[in-house]
Amino acid sequence: MLKVSGIDVFYGDLQVLWDVSFEVRDNEILVLVGANGAGKSTTLKTISGLLKPRKGTIEFGGVRLDELSPDKVIGEGVVHVPEARRLFREMTVEENLIMGSLSPEARKKRAQTMEWVYELFPRMKERRKQAAGTLSGGEQQMAAIGRGLMALPKVLMFDEPSLGLAPILVQDVFEIVKRINKEGVTVLLVEQNVRQTLAMCDRAYVLENGRVVLEGTGKDLMNDAHVKEAYLGI
Amino acid sequence: MDVFLQTLVAGVLKGGLYALIGIGMTLIMGVMGIINLAHGQLMMLAMYVTFVLNTMGVDPYFSLFVAMPLLFLLGVGLQKFLLNPLIKADTILPENQVLMTVGIGMALTEIVRFGFTSDYKYITTTYSNETFFLGKISFSMALTIAFGIAIAFTVAMFFFLIKTDLGRSIRATAQDKDAATLMGVNTGRITVITFGLGSALVAAAGCLLAPVYYIFPDLGGPFTAKAFIITILGGLGSTVGAIFGGVTLGLAESMGATYFGMEYEDIIGLTIFVLVLLFLPGGFKRLTKV
Repeated sequence: MLKVSGIDVFYGDLQVLWDVSFEVRDNEILVLVGANGAGKSTTLKTISGLLKPRKGTIEFGGVRLDELSPDKVIGEGVVHVPEARRLFREMTVEENLIMGSLSPEARKKRAQTMEWVYELFPRMKERRKQAAGTLSGGEQQMAAIGRGLMALPKVLMFDEPSLGLAPILVQDVFEIVKRINKEGVTVLLVEQNVRQTLAMCDRAYVLENGRVVLEGTGKDLMNDAHVKEAYLGI
Repeated sequence: MDVFLQTLVAGVLKGGLYALIGIGMTLIMGVMGIINLAHGQLMMLAMYVTFVLNTMGVDPYFSLFVAMPLLFLLGVGLQKFLLNPLIKADTILPENQVLMTVGIGMALTEIVRFGFTSDYKYITTTYSNETFFLGKISFSMALTIAFGIAIAFTVAMFFFLIKTDLGRSIRATAQDKDAATLMGVNTGRITVITFGLGSALVAAAGCLLAPVYYIFPDLGGPFTAKAFIITILGGLGSTVGAIFGGVTLGLAESMGATYFGMEYEDIIGLTIFVLVLLFLPGGFKRLTKV
């Protein structure tokens, strides 16, 4: 279980997260929803060690992640698929996948994991020698997810995987997220696409202005009056 | 025709060395996003290492094994203790790192001047003035050996960058530093290693150039300028581009020397530089895409 307890996070002197707490249970799909600037990406960046909380703790399997550097967090099995994919554009798809498996554990199983990723995304196998920057948006998202999987994650964190994709591809991406979850990977998903993500998740938290304002199962939240009005436009 | 071929050969041989100088600079440029204005001074230092070893009877090519590790360590130290602390200070602009490299270059020059005076030094080896002929074209023995070694280093560098995890991490850091951090790359360590590698490569160029060039403390400046031109010609941060850039500059200089006169050597090189800036602002990288 990944447990975030009361974290305060700042960019310089500007506070962006106030006392944020939530937990991700093993093997579930947990969603953080919220508008632009609500602090969703900041939350993920803090978990993966790019930012340090001034207050509060982040714990995973008895280990304090907030005390670790980003490479050590990956070593613990908590892996971040960043917003806007952030592939290494001038490297091939295969090289991008390799870059996902730098931790000693993942390195050992690199060839094996790559086979698994190619099974999940046959398209990536076709394109493996192609520079990542030349892929279409949907393919790039697959490559980014594949790169995340290469680290052998226990928890995979997705930052807006539907961003900039055509509606039909958004469906595909969410199908992939569900499939990865079925393979035994815990999923922490951050999205603005509230309707679709609430429908597919186990539980969700709503972030507003850097604070958790609501939590519950996807169904509960879909029927919540505030969520309906603010996010679903009903 | 013979004159043309002779000029071509001389230019390409020189270009191989220039490529080696340029690759070191372009690596540093790619990863740190700064121009290392102490690059030629680092080469000058390696030439003095070669000179000192030579007075003890060590062949310049063997001094590669001393000068390269030494300059690697120096580069590591410079990045770690002088350049990286500047990144951490929020309020300081990245330009300050470039200014720091200018300072490093000056300090190196003056330290060497202090130890060796401004006098020109020479390394004479049995092959310094030796030539051999293929048909009617003469090849300088020293430059040909230097070219071969430069090619070997360049190929080794490519192999390293493409086939090893460390090399891939260097390229990844150059392309997207934050994403590299998310992949578990310690980007601070990568900058340190890269500066070390860049210094070692330019040290190799220094050792190879030492038998055929004068050695004096102020030669760093002109070579920093050359390295800068090569890097811009190739497209900033492009390794393949740096090779093209190096050979282009080598050819331009030798063509200029042959057809316009020795004193025009640098003018032709700089003319090509200006033309590339005007008509191909991204450098050769725009053509090769690598």
